Amino acid sequence: MKMIEAIIQPSKLEAVKEALNEVEVVRLTISDVQGFGRQKGHTEIYRGHEYTVNLLRKVKLQIAVNDEFVEPTVQAIIKAGRTGEEGKVGDGKIFIMPLEDCIRIRTGERGSEAI
Amino acid sequence: MARTPFNLLAALVLTCGSSLFAADEPVVAPAPAATAAATTEPTAAAAPVLTIDQRLTAVEATAKTAADSAGQVAFNAGDNAWMLTSTLLVLLMTLPGLALFYGGLVRRKNVLGTMMQSVAIAGIVSVIWAICGYAIAFGDGGSAQNGIWGGFKQFMFLDGVVWDSKTGSIPGPNGDYAASIPHGTFALFQLMFAIITPALICGAYAERMKFSAMAIFSTLWLFIVYLPLAHMVWGKNGMLNWGFNDNLGGAFDFAGGTVVHISSGVAALMTAVFLGKRKNYGKEAMPPHNLTYSFIGACLLWVGWFGFNAGSALSAGTLATLAFANTHFATAAAALTWPLAEWIIRGKPTVLGAISGAVAGLVAITPACGFVTPMSALIIGALAGIICFIATSYLKQALKYDDALDAFGVHGIGGIWGAIATGLFFAPTANPGIAALNKPLAAALAAGTHPVLMLQLKAVLIAIVLSAVGSAIILTIVKFTIGLRLTDEDELAGLDLSQHGEEGYHGLS
Repeated sequence: MKMIEAIIQPSKLEAVKEALNEVEVVRLTISDVQGFGRQKGHTEIYRGHEYTVNLLRKVKLQIAVNDEFVEPTVQAIIKAGRTGEEGKVGDGKIFIMPLEDCIRIRTGERGSEAI
Repeated sequence: MARTPFNLLAALVLTCGSSLFAADEPVVAPAPAATAAATTEPTAAAAPVLTIDQRLTAVEATAKTAADSAGQVAFNAGDNAWMLTSTLLVLLMTLPGLALFYGGLVRRKNVLGTMMQSVAIAGIVSVIWAICGYAIAFGDGGSAQNGIWGGFKQFMFLDGVVWDSKTGSIPGPNGDYAASIPHGTFALFQLMFAIITPALICGAYAERMKFSAMAIFSTLWLFIVYLPLAHMVWGKNGMLNWGFNDNLGGAFDFAGGTVVHISSGVAALMTAVFLGKRKNYGKEAMPPHNLTYSFIGACLLWVGWFGFNAGSALSAGTLATLAFANTHFATAAAALTWPLAEWIIRGKPTVLGAISGAVAGLVAITPACGFVTPMSALIIGALAGIICFIATSYLKQALKYDDALDAFGVHGIGGIWGAIATGLFFAPTANPGIAALNKPLAAALAAGTHPVLMLQLKAVLIAIVLSAVGSAIILTIVKFTIGLRLTDEDELAGLDLSQHGEEGYHGLS
């Protein structure tokens, strides 16, 4: 079992959800996050005063999967999360972490059954 | 005649309409009966005996007789209805209009504290107004010649205004101020102006003033700056009021450009200077936390301002319509020119620019709306959008004061422009009140010898000096007694938590 965490462009959320659906990954948690990496911020202007916004809005996906789903999930996110053919700085990252256990609260089932 | 639903509706409207027009006129059928008839038995619906024309003729005749016998304008229920409506529209500008406008422009940790300032000021000013505020602004103080201060004699506790303790009755109109509406309506209408004026100043000291200091500052400011200025411009025998004693030294301020906007704008600048900049100002981004609130607030200001400006006609006649039209056209023009200037200079027209432009246009047309023509209003508004854009974008940065939400840039600068524009675009015959109240003034205006622009500048100067000096004195007093600013720690935590122990946006469930 693995925990996949992906930081993606907010504008790619719908496409990524659809791509995940195609590979039958249908359980995920999404949150609004802010952060910065290599992508530079942008400027916003309020009554003529420019602010550099370097904390950019991103969407974070958390997906717990069984091992055989890891690669399809990653490929789906890469395919749908890229901006254009080549992709762009700011398209985000995917992190994969080992998952020690998983428990379904309703039934108390444990392990890969519960995922 | 076939009884179609349309005919029934027409009969209903006619019968209800007649009871609205004049209470004295015999009503053919009471409105409730007609309503019942319409819903149950169609044939029983009371058909109007008179045509609309006949009714209007009768109403006009009655009104004319009453006016002639009184030798002046008679009490008019229509005027009172409009003035009560205008009164609530002006309150709507502060609550929730201004509270939302400013609340959205601050950072999220200050949203409640900023809204609280508006509601606290509404409470403080209303209580003072009932006790002695109206007396100071609109009383004659027992002296016919006091042009600055109405004193504590006439109209204390709103006696003889909303309630007459001698006769135990509700007073009628006061011919000095508004002959066709109850004196109480006039006093309430004016109260709403007194509420919004100190509330406008909040924009300058936003995000860093202690709540206690804000409350004391607003209270003292009302006594030292607002009430004297209102007396000067609008009060009986006020030194800048052209409506009394054939005064030729008066200023033309239809709805409060000097009294409300210049005074609050200049006070705003003083508070910004006295308080100093917000912590980390210039280093840290301090963008508005919710421009959608600000948008709603600004739109409520636009709507409410029709009460402010058209209501300042103090009746529901042609002058109200002129003021209404001027207000709208100036605002529309300014709502276009500010974002247009941004578009040209910065590349994009912004929503904040559009709503700020609308407010700038409203401010600028305020003194002028009863004295100029609609085409002048378009020009006044268009220029207001550009002038205030320049003031907030460049003047503020050049002079390095932290007028957090641009109360000076919009209300101070826009108010000064409006007062000057009133002189520049003055149409001598637009306001019938001048000929009725001040014949020498009307004659001088007709002859073209009246120095309108100079007198406008004089009033601007008086308002600036009074507000700057008065505010400076109050701010000094508060600074050295309880202190003006939040501690650094409280400022970082925000007004909401540090001053009120609450948060605007809470929890996950």
